[in-house]
Amino acid sequence: MALTLSNPARRRLRTLGFLSPWLIGFSVFFAYPLIATVYFSFMHYNQIQKPDFVGLRNWKYVFEQMPLFGPALWNTLWLVVVMVALRVVFGLSLGLLITKIKTGAGFFRTAFYLPYLAPPVAATVAFVFLLNPSTGPVNEVLAHLGITGPNWFNDAAWAKPSLVMLSLWGIGDLMVIFMAALLDVPREQYEAAELDGAGAWSKFRYVTWPSITPIVMFAVVTGVVQTMQYYTQALVAGKIASGVSIGPGSVIQPGYPDHSTLTVPQLVYSMGFQNFNTGAACVLSLVLFAIAMAVTMLLMRKRSGLLAAED
Amino acid sequence: MTSTTLSPTPTPTPTAAPAGASRQRGPAAARARRKRVLHWIAVHSVAIAVALLFILPFVFVFLTSVMSDSQAMSGDLWPDSWHWDNYKAVVETDGFLDWWKNSLLYAGLGTLFTVCSAIPVAYALAKFRFRGRRTAMILVISTMMLPPQVIVIPMYLVWAQQFHLSGTLWPLIIPMAFGDAYSIFLLRQFLLTIPKEYIESAKVDGCGELRTLLKIIVPMAKPGIAAIALFQFFYCWNDYFGPQIYAAQNPASWTLSYGLESFKSAHSVNWNLTMAATLLVMAPVCIVFFFAQKAFVEGVTLTGVKG
Repeated sequence: MALTLSNPARRRLRTLGFLSPWLIGFSVFFAYPLIATVYFSFMHYNQIQKPDFVGLRNWKYVFEQMPLFGPALWNTLWLVVVMVALRVVFGLSLGLLITKIKTGAGFFRTAFYLPYLAPPVAATVAFVFLLNPSTGPVNEVLAHLGITGPNWFNDAAWAKPSLVMLSLWGIGDLMVIFMAALLDVPREQYEAAELDGAGAWSKFRYVTWPSITPIVMFAVVTGVVQTMQYYTQALVAGKIASGVSIGPGSVIQPGYPDHSTLTVPQLVYSMGFQNFNTGAACVLSLVLFAIAMAVTMLLMRKRSGLLAAED
Repeated sequence: MTSTTLSPTPTPTPTAAPAGASRQRGPAAARARRKRVLHWIAVHSVAIAVALLFILPFVFVFLTSVMSDSQAMSGDLWPDSWHWDNYKAVVETDGFLDWWKNSLLYAGLGTLFTVCSAIPVAYALAKFRFRGRRTAMILVISTMMLPPQVIVIPMYLVWAQQFHLSGTLWPLIIPMAFGDAYSIFLLRQFLLTIPKEYIESAKVDGCGELRTLLKIIVPMAKPGIAAIALFQFFYCWNDYFGPQIYAAQNPASWTLSYGLESFKSAHSVNWNLTMAATLLVMAPVCIVFFFAQKAFVEGVTLTGVKG
């Protein structure tokens, strides 16, 4: 009978029942490994012998001695700042452009969106080919225009900018988010601004911007968290551009050229699964955790719509 | 130049508006129309230029994929002769079809599990009132925000040492039966838009919670469910980190995304074959997109907007 609802105990049981997949998933696949990561960060453990308590030695090692920690952290933060800033600016510009298009909007939207769908590995392999310094089409086209193209993924100074280009190519998701936000701005406000004689810039500054700020904030924060975990593209670009043949088991130095594409997540992988230094890998992942958590908290604080619409 | 429309005294026609009005409107309207045309041209030229930049990589990749071995190395932009059999060579490469099968298994089962587990959880988070609801949402969002690298080491050790499942894709597939934070979040946002009157009237009609969910909510939430299914499918299809952790030791378990990179390594000179393989990895994604554009756009906008 339907009367189960009036009974608080049953109602609680029902809620628990509906939530149970996530409750199990959260405890087993999230809470447990997080605690275990903290545990292993204080252990010397090579994944064969029993873990051995070493106190803060792993932490000291990572922060004071690990040669690649500095470059990896620098690269990650560089990418977080440059990539996120450019993605937001470019995504917003494309969003503005697409809302102004009168003819063929469907075609343009698809063209701008499609690269976002390309599997990251495929897109990266394609970009390493396109930006190949000697035989790639991009430098070939630049040569026709009388420009000597840079060495892109093979030059430590250009490798990260090349990754940024790759990421700007896949801007489709942000464009759609901004497009939807821009279409939500009330028409009347634009009309009112026009009556007051506002130009394009004033309209953007005083009408558009205030109403899309929460979405921009959302894009920045999720962008930062995504870039904190930047892994596949950097790793694959480095491997393919270095041109070395890699079979399973062969250890390559990640971050080609000159560690310029080494990110913290890559360092976690190489410490944990190539060097079997579990303790150091766990310390590194906790550093990542701390930064990502801080950013998430900021997001909650700013209440950029994530928890809104409670009813 | 459209001099006639610019003429200050438009010739009156029988159906024209009163003379006073048209004398005021004539030149202003013409100027406005010219401004509109110029604006149209400006916007569309920018759009065409940007669209070219977005599409050209696909074009170059395709053109290279049908070149001969030697021409693919030459930097030429246009193929001398069209080698369609490059695609045949890729498909016949050892392992390539297995990678397809593995990708389909991972993405198919992963999606099915995710959808089945996310529906009840998202429903409870969107429509039930209970203590700790807000905390639960915060935890879901935190999980969604966390880099997978943070928890991967203990998880790997459990799967490898306790369950002896390293070298397979199961450590990636099984957890999806226990809710994926991103899908739960997305679906919950979607379910919030369903008015509670539907649920209340179902209850009045004597539906239990489960019946209400299956008979009322699920049919109404189809677009939201389609969106999370698509996103999960492509997440799995594109995943590189997961298969690298669990399947790397065993080439029989590689997925397309993981295999593609090793394909390039093995064929270190054959850019034409590599580009053909690259397009074959992209193809399913593009095909599905053309059939499910709406669900995609809906899913993406749901993530960012609302609220």
